[in-house]
Amino acid sequence: MSKVLANESSAKLNVKSKQRTVWSHIKKFKALYVMSLPGIFYFIIFKYVPMLGSIIAFKDYNIFLGFLGSTWVGFEHFITMFNNPDIFQIIKNTFIISFYDILFNFPAPIILALLLNEIRVVYFKRVIQTIVYMPHFLSWVIISGLFITILSPSTGIVNTLIEALGFDSVYFFGSEAFTRPILITSGMWQSIGWGTIIYLAALSGINPELYEAAKVDGANRWQQTVSITLPSLLPTITILFLLQIGQFMDFGFERIYTFLNPLNSGTGHIIDTYVYEIGLLNAQYSLTTAMGLFKSLIGLFLIMIANFLSKKATGNSLY
Amino acid sequence: MNSKLSTGSKIFNIFNYTFVTLISLTMILPFVHILAKSFSSGSAIAEGDVFFWPVEWDLTNYAYVFQDASIWRAFGISVLITVVGTGINLIATASLAYPLSRAEYKGRKLVLLGVLFTMIFSAPLIPTYLVIKELGMINTLWALMIPNAISAFNFLVMRSFFVQIPPSLIDAARIDGCSEMGILMKIVLPFSKPVMATMTIFYGVYHWNSYQTALYFLNDPSLYPLQVKLRQLIQTDDLNIDVETTMSAAFMNSTEGIQMATIIIATIPILIIYPLLQKHFVKGVMIGSIKE
Repeated sequence: MSKVLANESSAKLNVKSKQRTVWSHIKKFKALYVMSLPGIFYFIIFKYVPMLGSIIAFKDYNIFLGFLGSTWVGFEHFITMFNNPDIFQIIKNTFIISFYDILFNFPAPIILALLLNEIRVVYFKRVIQTIVYMPHFLSWVIISGLFITILSPSTGIVNTLIEALGFDSVYFFGSEAFTRPILITSGMWQSIGWGTIIYLAALSGINPELYEAAKVDGANRWQQTVSITLPSLLPTITILFLLQIGQFMDFGFERIYTFLNPLNSGTGHIIDTYVYEIGLLNAQYSLTTAMGLFKSLIGLFLIMIANFLSKKATGNSLY
Repeated sequence: MNSKLSTGSKIFNIFNYTFVTLISLTMILPFVHILAKSFSSGSAIAEGDVFFWPVEWDLTNYAYVFQDASIWRAFGISVLITVVGTGINLIATASLAYPLSRAEYKGRKLVLLGVLFTMIFSAPLIPTYLVIKELGMINTLWALMIPNAISAFNFLVMRSFFVQIPPSLIDAARIDGCSEMGILMKIVLPFSKPVMATMTIFYGVYHWNSYQTALYFLNDPSLYPLQVKLRQLIQTDDLNIDVETTMSAAFMNSTEGIQMATIIIATIPILIIYPLLQKHFVKGVMIGSIKE
């Protein structure tokens, strides 16, 4: 009995002395903690407060009452949202553009990296790499400017070519049919080279002995690619694919908005651009926050599915 | 190179070299085209004569841009937010990344998890706008710099670089009586030149190119950075296209030439810095990706 009591009291003492050591530890390295405070506050104020501020999707936001003081209205804004026929077009646009983006722009850097990897003239490879990385550093305003210029119906180089071949010039930026192809193509132009960096790094990490062994077995270049290169890349591909799925609904405001004009926006408006125009410009704060929340929920749902499938299929997962 | 290449291999090589050359041409030629247009006369542009070399060499487009005070102003604001903003970024990121790279910092897992969480769940636009508004930053240039002071991705890259610095080095400095700030400034940062160079280019390019933050948080046209100004120039013409034919040729053409000249001016800083920093950013991307 007394033994148990003694054990208990020594346990209590241990907890106390542990607290004391943690406290004295923090005191000892006070400078480190103080140094990290501004950064921690930054994440709380500009990331966590807005995240929690999403509750205004369930409230009627009033500037004077703030996030917490505004009155609750439940799912009213979500109902309003789904009663607006425009919303379905916007959600559909978001899904379609995102789907095409993954379909075309996810594999593109992998293919380019494989092709670059087969180039044996080092100097040539370096020059090509320098060139293809570059568009990543240009702003979307400049890229959209390039595309508008090149595709202009009267002075654009593409239409000059089309006319030279005897066809009528096409007003690419004035037609909703061309919005998505332009968005996807420009996305590829901007990011294909940049995307190769990680794959090239993974490729350079493959053990050369594997290729030697394959050559001895009589495998040609194509067979080596299929049975050595691609399997070695698979973990990288899976992780990047999961990250991409995680951003399924988040592919960038600037990237889309700079390409839109009143003539072509019908098929190009996405949730982000709609939230900006209706939410910020027309001050519909609660309604568009509801849309933002809806978007995040779909994104979360998708990443969970993708992660589950990938864990089952390849054993690779994000968490 | 192997001299006994099979026919299949030879055909593939020819195809491959041609293909990647074509891809890089699609990256360069639009620029050459725009450069050529910016140096061409209005009438040559209107005729569609300009391809990859200036026609009827003409400097009036640049003359116009250089005398337009609003373009200069926008250029100056872009330079300002790029320099000051990047400075804020580097200080803020390093002063969070350094403590969290040290084993002495108890509770760093919690903080790191908190940062990772913001990468998966991004802060929504409208509530972010309202927070910035509450802080009185709307219509100030601070709104372009403070709310993006730390990028979670860049922070993780920088931290994983700091982690590699041998702890014994830092202990030695501590024993010699160096303060934590002194350790960061005198030991960690000089050791981390490659990663700091990478961060400078990432943050710098971000500020120079940023368009949406200015669109969201500024209403005052006198504060607009270059990208917003450029977008306005391009957009107005984009919408006037169907009116083009009815407009006087001279006026319409000079608009396009001026746009091209402005695009070139907005691109030049990046094109100058790009080759200088290229060897660094590739390394930076890799540090960022390998650490996970």
